[in-house]
Amino acid sequence: MSPRESAAGEDRGVSRRAVLAFGGAALAGTLLAPGIRLIEIAGAQVARPAGEPASGKVRWGMLIDTTRCVPDCDKCVQACNTENGLSGGRAPTDPQWIRKIEIRLERTGRTVYAPVMCQHCAQPPCVDVCPTGASFKRADGIVLVDRHTCIGCRYCMMACPYKARSFVHEPLHDQKADVPRGKGCVESCTMCVHRIDKGLTPACVQACPEGVFVFGDLNDPGSAIARRVREIASSQIRPDLALDTAVRYHGI
Amino acid sequence: MSLYGVRVLLAALMLTGVAAALAAGGADGAAASRVPRPQLTVDRGTQCVEPPERMRLIHPDLLRHQRDRTVRDGERGAKASLNACVQCHAGKPGSPAPGTVAGHPQAFCESCHAYAAVRLDCFECHQARVGAAGGAR
Repeated sequence: MSPRESAAGEDRGVSRRAVLAFGGAALAGTLLAPGIRLIEIAGAQVARPAGEPASGKVRWGMLIDTTRCVPDCDKCVQACNTENGLSGGRAPTDPQWIRKIEIRLERTGRTVYAPVMCQHCAQPPCVDVCPTGASFKRADGIVLVDRHTCIGCRYCMMACPYKARSFVHEPLHDQKADVPRGKGCVESCTMCVHRIDKGLTPACVQACPEGVFVFGDLNDPGSAIARRVREIASSQIRPDLALDTAVRYHGI
Repeated sequence: MSLYGVRVLLAALMLTGVAAALAAGGADGAAASRVPRPQLTVDRGTQCVEPPERMRLIHPDLLRHQRDRTVRDGERGAKASLNACVQCHAGKPGSPAPGTVAGHPQAFCESCHAYAAVRLDCFECHQARVGAAGGAR
C-alpha cells in the first residue's frame, strides 16, 4: 500500500469512528438530562457503568490554547473553586488547584495567559516520592491523592515541578459531597474525576467562555483532543523533565 | 500561685468531679447505663444493603473495602457508598439532627459511635449532610 493509500485508509477509519462517536453522542444526548449541551458530550464520554473500574486504555488529557485565553477572566479558577468547594482565598496557606499565570517575554514584550494546574504526568514525581503510596496515578492517567493514606508529609509538594499541590492547614466544614477534603492532607487538581466518571467534562473546561480548553482521551485517535494535538503545535511545560504531562499548551 | 498550690487546686477539683459523678450514678440506679443507649430510628421503609444486624457489625469493612476500589480503581455506583449512607440515614426534618448523620449527639452515626466510644473520622473529610451545597472553608 502506498503512503497515500494508507493515509486515505486512515481517513476512512477516522471518519467511521467519528460517525460512530457522533452516533454515541446523539444517543447520549437523548439519554442524559436536558441542559447538557452537545459540546460537552463531544468533549467527554458517557458515564462508566456502575462497578466498572477506570480503563487503562484511556488517557484523559487537556489541550490549552493560550492564544484564546484573555487577560481579565478567571472563570476557570472560579469554576474550580465552586465545584470543589475551595475557599478561593489568596493567602499562602489557601488551596489553589488551578491558577492563571501571565507569561511575558521580556525580549519581545509578548504576553501570554494560561491556566496551570496539576499536569497529570505519565511519570509523576509526586507518586515517586510518596512514602505511603497515597499519591497515585489512576489507570486512566489521572494523578490523585488517596486521602485515606496521606499522612501530610508534603514530599509530593516538594517534588512537583509545577507547584500544583496544596496542603490543608485548617479543619474544614461543609465540603462538597463529591469532593471530600480534610485537614492534614495534600490535595490538587483531580481533573474533576467525579465529573469525568459521570461522563461530564471538568468544571474549568465547561466554564471557559473562550474555548481555551479541549478535553478528552489522548489515546483515542478519533477524539477531538487527539485530532487537535495532531493538527496544531502544542508543547508540555518543562518537557526537559520527561514527565509526559497530559496537559498540553498551544501558543507558549 | 506556686506549683504546689496548682496541684492542690487540681486535686480538689477532680475529687469534686468524682463525687458529683458518683452521686449522679447513684441517682440513676444500677440498671441504667452511664451513657444513654442510642435511639436509632430509621423510617425510610427501604432495605439497607445488608440486614441491620449484619450492618452493625460489618459497615466499616464494607466502606473501607469500597473506598479503595472507588478512589484507586475509579469504580462508581457501588453497593456500599458513604454518600448513600448519608442519603438514607440523615435525620428527618423535625428530628434532633435534621438532614445529617453526624455533628449532633443524636445523629444516626454519632449516637452509636459515642456510645461505643469509637472515633468517627469519616466526616472530618466527607459531607455528613444531605443536599449540602455550601463550599468548604
